[in-house]
Amino acid sequence: MLTPLHNHNTSSLVNIMKHALKNTVLASLIGTSLVASAMATASEHPVKLGLMLPYSGTYSALGEAITNGLKLAIKEQDGQLGGRDVEYVRLDSEADPSQAPQNMSRLVKGDDVDFVIGPVHSGVAMGMLRMAKKTGAITIIPNAGLEAATNQLCMPNVFRTSHSMWQDSYPMGKVAYERGHRKVVTITWDYAAGKEDVAGFKEAFTKAGGEIVEQIWVPFPSTEFQSYLSQIASIDPDAVYTFFAGGGGVSFVRDYAAAGLKESIPLLGSGFLTEGNLQALGEAGEGVMTTLHYADTLQSEANRNFVSAYQEAYGETPDAYAVHGYDTGKMLAQALYSVKGDTENKEALIEALSNVHLDSPRGPISFSDSHHPIQNIYLREIQDGKQEVVDVAYEQLEVPDDACKM
Amino acid sequence: MDLAFFGVQLLNGLQYGLLLFLIASGLTLIFGIMGIINLAHGAMYMIGAYLVYDLNLRLGNFWLAIVVAVPIAVALGLIIERLFLDTLYKRDHLYQVLLTFGLILVINEVQRIIWGGDVHSVAVPSPFDTSLQLTSNLQYSVYRLFLMGVCLALAAVIYWVIRHTRLGIIIRAGAVDRDMVEGLGINVRTLFTLIFSAGVALTAFAGMIAAPLSTIAPGMGDSILITCFVVVVIGGIGSIKGAFWGAILIGMAETFGSVLIPSLASMVIYLIMAAVLLVKPRGLFA
Repeated sequence: MLTPLHNHNTSSLVNIMKHALKNTVLASLIGTSLVASAMATASEHPVKLGLMLPYSGTYSALGEAITNGLKLAIKEQDGQLGGRDVEYVRLDSEADPSQAPQNMSRLVKGDDVDFVIGPVHSGVAMGMLRMAKKTGAITIIPNAGLEAATNQLCMPNVFRTSHSMWQDSYPMGKVAYERGHRKVVTITWDYAAGKEDVAGFKEAFTKAGGEIVEQIWVPFPSTEFQSYLSQIASIDPDAVYTFFAGGGGVSFVRDYAAAGLKESIPLLGSGFLTEGNLQALGEAGEGVMTTLHYADTLQSEANRNFVSAYQEAYGETPDAYAVHGYDTGKMLAQALYSVKGDTENKEALIEALSNVHLDSPRGPISFSDSHHPIQNIYLREIQDGKQEVVDVAYEQLEVPDDACKM
Repeated sequence: MDLAFFGVQLLNGLQYGLLLFLIASGLTLIFGIMGIINLAHGAMYMIGAYLVYDLNLRLGNFWLAIVVAVPIAVALGLIIERLFLDTLYKRDHLYQVLLTFGLILVINEVQRIIWGGDVHSVAVPSPFDTSLQLTSNLQYSVYRLFLMGVCLALAAVIYWVIRHTRLGIIIRAGAVDRDMVEGLGINVRTLFTLIFSAGVALTAFAGMIAAPLSTIAPGMGDSILITCFVVVVIGGIGSIKGAFWGAILIGMAETFGSVLIPSLASMVIYLIMAAVLLVKPRGLFA
C-alpha cells in the first residue's frame, strides 16, 4: 500500500518540477529573443564561436594559425563583436572526415554556437556542408579550398574567407604564357585538390595559347619523385607547373633542384607549394615562382600592421592561414556591427556578411554571390630565402562558381 | 623509351629498392622470428630521420649525428621490447598488433611535442653534395650513389651474419620453428631482445641516411610501412634474401610502373603481390 503511494508522490513531484523547468527555459528563451530584438545591452549573452579546426595531427599548425589570427582580429575590437563579448568553443576536427557531421552537430545543437568556423581539410568540409544544409548554421570556412563548397554545394549560410584551388592557380596560367613558356608539363598528386589546382592553371594557360604537353599524376601521398623527374627531363618542356603541399611540396622542390632541372626548366607552382616551408626548402627554393592570395612581404600598411601585431602577440611571422583566421574575425566584426550584435535574425546577418568589404592584409576583399572572396592573386618568387612579391598576377579575381544557385 | 632514359630509370628503381630493403629487413626479421607484426616500424623510420635532423643542428655534423643517433635508436628498441612487448609474448597476436598500433599514436604525438608539426630538411652532407651529369639536362646526386653503396654493404653484412655465424643459424632456425629452438636450450628471450633492437635500429638507420634526400615531416613513416609489408609478403616472411629481392622488385615496379602505366601506378605493387601469392602463397623465398 505504501509503496505505490510513495511512487505516485515522487512522479507527480517530478512532473511539477519538469513543468516548472520547462517554463523557466521557455521564459529564458523568450527573454533572449526579446533582448536580442530590442538590441539592448545584450552583452551578458556572449556571441558563441564554434571553432572546428585541427588541433592535433598533421594539420595542427594550420588550426593554431587560424585560431591565432581570429583571436587577434577580435582582440583588436576590444574582444567584442557587435558590442557583445565573445565565447570560443574549440573542437578538434582532427582532419577526420568521418567525424565531421557528428562534431558539427555537437557544436550547433549541443553548444548552441552562433557561428561555426572551420575546417582546414576539404574532406571534413564535405561532412560539415551536409550538416550546414540540415541545420542552417552559419558556417565560415577559413581554409579548405575545394571548389564545390561555394559552387555545386553552395548555400546562403556558408561563406569562405580563404581561397579555392582554382583561384590561386588560374592566374599562373596567364603568367606562364606571358613569360614566354609555350610547352608545359604539369605534375601533382592524383587527388581532388591536385586536380582542381591543375585545372585552373590549364584553363588559363591553354586559353592564352599555351600547350600542356604532359600531365603527370602521382599517386597520393607518394613523395618518390625520381622516376617522374627523369620523365620530365626527357620531355624537356619550357616550364613545369606543380602543386604539392606540406612535406610533399618540400620533397618535390628539393628533388627537382637536386636533379639539376631548376636551371634549365623553370618551376612554377601554386603558392601552397612553398608557403610556410621556406626554411625546409633552403637553397633549393631559390627562384621558384608561385601564385597565391597572400605573401607576408606585401608592402601595404594593412599588412605591415598585421605582421607586426601578430609577431608581437605570438612571436612568429604570420602565414596565409593566419590571415584566413584574421579576416574571418574582421568579417564577423563588420557584419555584427552592422546588425548591432543581433544574431537571432539569420537573414539579416547573412545579408550583412555577404556585404562585408575588408581592407585585409592581403589587399581589398569583397564577397561574390557564391560567398567566395574576390581578391588579388600575387606572383611571388623566393629570393634570398624570402617570399618576395614580384607582381600582382591577377587583380580582384572572382571565382566563376557557375553551378551555384541560391 | 630510349636507352639513356631506360638506364636512368633502372638506377632510380635500384636506389629506391635498396632503401626499401633496409627498412623491410628489420620488419621481416621481427615478423619472421618473433611472429610480431610491428606496425610501429614506420614510426621508427620517422624517429630516425628526426633524430638525425635534431642532432645535425646541435652537433653541426651529419656523420657525427648518425654516430650518436644509432645507439639512441638501439636503446629505444631495447626499451620498447623489454618494457612493453615482453609482457605480451604469452598473449594472442592481436594484443601485440594492438600494442604496436598504440605505439604509432604515442610516437607520433611525442614527435609533435618535441619537434612540432613543421616540415624540415637536412642538407646533403659533404663530400657527397655534388652531382653527376646523366643526360643533357638531368643530374644525379652523388649522395644517392653513396646511399646505394651503404645499403648494399649492409645487405652483405646481414647476409654474412645470417649465413655464416652461429647467431645466423639460430635466427634461421627460429624463423622455421621457434619451439624447437627453445627446446634446444637457446635463450629465446635474449634472442628476441636482440632481434627487435636490431630491427628497430635498421629502420631508424634507414630514416637517418635517407634524411638528406627526404622531407622530415610528421607521419612520414606511415606510407612507407605499407610498401614494406608488401615487400616482406612478396619475399617470404622472415627471409632476408626474400626481403632483398622483393625490395628490388617493388622498387623497379614502382619506378617503371609510374612512367609506363601511370593509370595503374598506385596499384602496380599490389598487383604484383597478388600475382606472387597466387603462384607462391608463402612468398618467393620462404
